Amino acid sequence: MNEILLSILVFSPLLAVVVLAFTPSNQEQSLKWIGLFGTLLPLVLAIITFCQFDIGSSAIQLNEKINWISFTIAHTDSNVTMPIQYELGVNGLSLVLILLTSVVAVLAAIGSFTIKGQWKSYFIFFLLMEVGMLGVFASQNLFLFFIFFEMTLIPMFFLIGRWGYENKEKAAYSFLIYNGLGSAILLIVFVVLFMKTGTLNYGELANIFANGGSGLLDSVPGETFRLSILIALLLAFGVKLPIVPLHTWMLRVHVEAPPPVVMIHSGILLKIGAYGLITFGMGFFPAEFKRIAFSIAILGVVNLLYGAFIAIVQTDVKKVLAYSSVSHMGIVLIGLAALNDAGVQGAIFQVVSHGLISALLFFLVGVLYERTGTSYLKAYSGFVKTMPLASGVLVAAGLASLGLPGMSGFISELMSFLGLFQTKPIVAAVGTLGIILTAVYMLRAVMAITYGPLSAERGKLVDLNVREMVPAYVLLALIIAIGVYPDMLGMTIKSTLDSILSGFGG
Amino acid sequence: MELETIRSYDWGIMAPELIILGAATILSLADLLMPKKASRRYLAIFAFLGVACALVALFMQLDNGVISILADTYRFDSFSKAFKLLFLIGTGLILLLAFDDRKGERDEYRGEFYYLLLTALLGAMMMASSADMITLFVGLELLSLSSYIMAGLRKRDRQSNEAAFKYVVNGGISTAITLFGMSYIFGLTGETNLYAIQNALGDPTILQNQFLLVFAFLITFVGLSFKIATVPFQMWAPDVYHGAPIPVTAFLSVVSKAAGFVIMIRFLLVTFIAAPGVAEKPLLQEVQPYLAILAGASMIIGNLIALRQRNIKRMFAYSSIAQAGYILVPFAVISGLMFEAVWFYLLAYLFMNIGVFAIIQLVTAKSGSTDISSFAGLYRRSPWIAVCMTIFVLSLAGFPATAGFIGKFGIFMSALSTGAHYWLAGIMIATTVVSYFYYFNVIGQMFFRSEEEAGKVSIPGGVLTVTAVCVISTLVLGILPHTALEFFYNQFDLSQFFTPTK
Repeated sequence: MNEILLSILVFSPLLAVVVLAFTPSNQEQSLKWIGLFGTLLPLVLAIITFCQFDIGSSAIQLNEKINWISFTIAHTDSNVTMPIQYELGVNGLSLVLILLTSVVAVLAAIGSFTIKGQWKSYFIFFLLMEVGMLGVFASQNLFLFFIFFEMTLIPMFFLIGRWGYENKEKAAYSFLIYNGLGSAILLIVFVVLFMKTGTLNYGELANIFANGGSGLLDSVPGETFRLSILIALLLAFGVKLPIVPLHTWMLRVHVEAPPPVVMIHSGILLKIGAYGLITFGMGFFPAEFKRIAFSIAILGVVNLLYGAFIAIVQTDVKKVLAYSSVSHMGIVLIGLAALNDAGVQGAIFQVVSHGLISALLFFLVGVLYERTGTSYLKAYSGFVKTMPLASGVLVAAGLASLGLPGMSGFISELMSFLGLFQTKPIVAAVGTLGIILTAVYMLRAVMAITYGPLSAERGKLVDLNVREMVPAYVLLALIIAIGVYPDMLGMTIKSTLDSILSGFGG
Repeated sequence: MELETIRSYDWGIMAPELIILGAATILSLADLLMPKKASRRYLAIFAFLGVACALVALFMQLDNGVISILADTYRFDSFSKAFKLLFLIGTGLILLLAFDDRKGERDEYRGEFYYLLLTALLGAMMMASSADMITLFVGLELLSLSSYIMAGLRKRDRQSNEAAFKYVVNGGISTAITLFGMSYIFGLTGETNLYAIQNALGDPTILQNQFLLVFAFLITFVGLSFKIATVPFQMWAPDVYHGAPIPVTAFLSVVSKAAGFVIMIRFLLVTFIAAPGVAEKPLLQEVQPYLAILAGASMIIGNLIALRQRNIKRMFAYSSIAQAGYILVPFAVISGLMFEAVWFYLLAYLFMNIGVFAIIQLVTAKSGSTDISSFAGLYRRSPWIAVCMTIFVLSLAGFPATAGFIGKFGIFMSALSTGAHYWLAGIMIATTVVSYFYYFNVIGQMFFRSEEEAGKVSIPGGVLTVTAVCVISTLVLGILPHTALEFFYNQFDLSQFFTPTK
């Protein structure tokens, strides 16, 4: 079973896709429940995978390898075979992200019960996207990574374009083109790597770039070559993360897509950018990453401050949260640029923590939107009186987002900045301004919604029902658990972290 | 020629061509002798059977080595069998499409279409398996002349007439240019056999005329670019694709285009492989920048103009110009991956493009208009057709899990394997992203718009078969591409291509 556990996990959502395809499209309730069960299966399998995983070892575990495609290049003297394998495997980092994906997917599926109409195709796209996300994190081969990466693109395009709000199509096209450009750069990079080295396996590539000479290659590729590849990677994943100024598409998506889709998008899809930077950027080119670390730190601070400043003046709560995501992704860059244990660990913590917090916040936005039909801050006031539970969770989520001690946001921000203060104190000092700004915009938004007079015409709003409590409480519990006992996460990623940092010389 | 030598030839090796020739002859006689009112529709089945028999005959010959008869004017080698396979599959699918094409319901010219399609196929097959300039050219003309008539088959339709006229005029000019280039080659070498030319061009005495040689290469290439509809001979494609009946459009954009690549590779590569260039480099390396510019221009022009098209047939005409530009990339950069990259992409392109035209035929026949809005709300009306169309379009756009992605991956590999053709690969990937706009516009129409027409699109048997075959092939080639690649590697031997028989 262990030999194919990861394949089963990655493709398990397809089971529900098949069932959905044969369910009549007017059976609203059964479609929704099948969709939900479709996401529970990968969650169970992800937990089994976690149990099978040996935390102490830094090796890639649960490997699977099947020969897939091989191209033959004809040369005058002899033919060279270029094989591409189907390779899966996990390390601590990818396992954590797989768990995050499967948890957020279940909760977003619960959130999707409010979707109006065409449930059948909605859940088919939703589950196909989950296959893509799980596959991205479980791949150990760049070719496979790219296929899964693109597999998240198409369903997302449909989910935004069909079930979104007013300007949904514009948002869908904007998503497609920006991400298409990112993928385009990525594809060129992968093909260049393939043609230079003759392999697309992560481990082999990292080994070739560290020690040189194997396969087609008799020497380590030149400095310029490595640096340009790294910058291309930064650009490609910078679209996904997003790094300012490549972020405009992401704002549109946050505003126009339906809330459960934004939960997935903000919670998982943005993290693929961070995952790619860590696994490929830092994993393959540690020396070059060190060279551009200062620029990355600057980009991170720009992201952090730009997002925070603009979030302060937004009138739409979805936009506040969108800019807040931009701002928080800056912290990931800051942590990575620190290049030390605390910084990189902080960045990874931030990836997970923001995944949970933004999923929770967007879930609550969905709850509010469903009841009020608007997401403008001025339309909200005094909800604590009629919706005490929802308001309470909202305040907690807002506090987690601004980094209150005891919650996951605090530990990640603290470690990222601790790391950066060690290596680049001045940049870090500028960056800390962002933390203050985060408090300003987050409290402004949360206070506007919860406190103040309750407008009379709004009438009575129904508080969270049982179906809505599950995602809200589960996410909040995870956020607090990581905040109180960060080692829970730290232990899992420790060995991966060590092997990444060993590339930088300790 | 002695009777003895003629009898000593292994005529059996020509079986696929002879079957097609026989079928075409019988069809033309049957069409002539049948009563005027009788439906010609079922002649399609006979034509299809002919193609199927030829395919079987070809499969039975797969294990043969190089066989050359009639003084190399007919040559059976791995190149010819690999590409003849594409022509036969493509034509077979198009015949099924034509069987259900009932637009206009005028049966009187149907018979002509079937045997002209077969003669065009015969021309294409001769182009694939000929190693002599004369027979190559005769094959090219047989294909062209049959296509001219097919484009104008709807005699009372103004657009069809316009298409045929433009096609004839442009085709005539391009043929003249091709012949002009060939005449230089003949003049410099005095040979018509490709391998004899190859030998003569490798001779050091040719160095006195190197400029003429480069000129001859480029002129011939430009002339042949008409068949594949790339810059500078691309402008006929939108009008002809627009005006011609849909099965003809599918034939022109798939089989005829593949045949164009075949003659280009066969003729130009075999003859010029050893030719010296103006400077120290061999000629094929020297002309690379020019070919790359033409390929890049095709991708840019095709993809950019497609953005503005409202007519679905014109849009896919420009798309096919861009696709031809992609396929030209491996030829322009000439690497060890060229043959499999071109062959695999043509195979993928065959299925996805015929699939697209099958669905266009279905949908436009229902709505009576070829405007893109005929696709509005197709998902609500006929979800399966919309899903199939989405798969084809995604494959054309080069998304993973479809054949088009593997094809593009192969092209990128060949572009980046020898030397730094980064800018050509860059243009290709950038224009691919541009192409998302119009490809996804079709998807947007089907899924996001509400329907203007009511009612389900019914799907007749022939089109259903074509769509099913194309969808399955597109997905299988995308997910398990080694099925086709292994077949190719087993069958294809590069040394057979460049060396003469004896």
